[in-house]
Amino acid sequence: MTKEKECITTNIWHEEAEADNPFAAKAAYCSGYDVYGELLGKVSWAEYIYLLFKLEKPQPWQSSLLESVAVAIANPGPRDLSVRAAMNGGVGGSTAASCLMAALAPGAGKNGGAREVYQVMRLWQQCGFELSQWQQHLANYQDEQAVEVWPASEHPPGFDPYGASCTTPVLQTLDHLTSLCPEEGALAYLSEHRQQLEKAADCPLAMTGVIAAAFTDLQMTEDQAEILFLLLRLPGAAAHALEQKKLGWRNYPFFGDGLTLTNDPGPAPKEDNLQGAL
Amino acid sequence: MRGPYTLVHAEDNWQTDMGAWFSGERVVFRGKDLFTELNDFSWFKLLMFGITGKEFDDNQIKLFEAIWVLSTSYPEPRIWNNRVASLTGTARSTCVLATSAATAISEANIYGSQAELDAMYFLIQAKQAIDEGIELKSFVINHLKTFRRIGGFGRPIINHDERIAPLLNKAEELGLANGQYLKLALDVEKILLKERFRQILNVAGLAAALMADQKITLNEYHHYSVLAFSIGNISCYIDSSAQKEGRFFPLGCERLDYIGQEKRDW
Repeated sequence: MTKEKECITTNIWHEEAEADNPFAAKAAYCSGYDVYGELLGKVSWAEYIYLLFKLEKPQPWQSSLLESVAVAIANPGPRDLSVRAAMNGGVGGSTAASCLMAALAPGAGKNGGAREVYQVMRLWQQCGFELSQWQQHLANYQDEQAVEVWPASEHPPGFDPYGASCTTPVLQTLDHLTSLCPEEGALAYLSEHRQQLEKAADCPLAMTGVIAAAFTDLQMTEDQAEILFLLLRLPGAAAHALEQKKLGWRNYPFFGDGLTLTNDPGPAPKEDNLQGAL
Repeated sequence: MRGPYTLVHAEDNWQTDMGAWFSGERVVFRGKDLFTELNDFSWFKLLMFGITGKEFDDNQIKLFEAIWVLSTSYPEPRIWNNRVASLTGTARSTCVLATSAATAISEANIYGSQAELDAMYFLIQAKQAIDEGIELKSFVINHLKTFRRIGGFGRPIINHDERIAPLLNKAEELGLANGQYLKLALDVEKILLKERFRQILNVAGLAAALMADQKITLNEYHHYSVLAFSIGNISCYIDSSAQKEGRFFPLGCERLDYIGQEKRDW
């Protein structure tokens, strides 16, 4: 009796093999839909991404919302920490993959990155539409796990510790995304209560807070929101990395005079020239 | 401090005591000249100096290295992080990408960084409990009932850890197996086995105990562990890249066990 082969269990993907090659798919189905036979040419990228994660066809408002989220965060700009990391790959002549991997590392963090989106998703689950709960959690934000691979949080997630007031692009994004959503959703709630929440957090709303509300309205899990935020921010990192690769390191900041060593022992004493000669 | 003025102050102003390169002249590392004061350090001694700011003696460095050599340096391509390196090799990508990605996924829950942190944190909590007069047995059983698992004890796939004996022997040979955290870890294992919880001390628990006995903190332990799997990662990449492309555990279409929706129209 031959031993049964180990398989990958999946809800997402089904394949039928070509008659002449068991390692090549003749047809591939995503949650039951024929990807190359039907979806290609018929669905938008946002609809397909939604299908991959939710396993169902989105409502028109859901695909519009996801598409607008993708546009809003596709390029945080060359001052953003994740894009800067990618550009360091570009200027040094590193591989394309390493530029994207470089973007993912800071882009994953609790300071403006995907882990912050994860944290806000958890707050939505814990606080819902209870303003007092939000105020309590934001005024005294505590990490859920005492010991984890992530560094401890230094500000209430979803809000900008270095902000003076809510920035125009954050407000524009919030307004637009809210206009796409049902009136009883997280985005609508955030739009209505933004100022009260900012007061509790003692800093203005950040893009991570807006995007987490959008993912909450899309009924994404915290894990889905975290990974989609990472994925959807890569286009800008990629484009800026390639641009800096062309421009070269001479045109890229090195912060030559920006570093102060606070414990510099100074140059080592030079050997006496005469002694050295002897 | 919050608000944009904090950033204005930080602009072009990075204050550090970690180190710097003085171009064409010298390098300072934690207040010491790399070329004249640290030039005789081994790579591992310099790594631990960078992580902790402390200079460890030769036996301590041998122990820190031995933990990596004996517990995580397996050229076993089926282990998840090594498998990433093997897949990268068979896909004809680069060794650095293989090792970086394999290192990144080593920050995992069921093995790797999170498991290592959990192991040391449990021992720290157990020691605190004893210091507060709580009986170890009741602490252990309460912890297990609350969290359903104890970091550093038990093992996925099998209930035996072949790495314990060689690492313990090495620690004894170096004279570094007498610490309070190691005794505590062994006492916890005795309790778990006597109470029939079938949770053996695993190598993450042993390593955490040995490191805690050398006064390595949780954060330092996390940073020390970052490259622990790199030898296995690189070896697995070399193996799969030396063989024919695409031959590393290929999967045919029939190897997908689809349990989703029936075929349907959009």
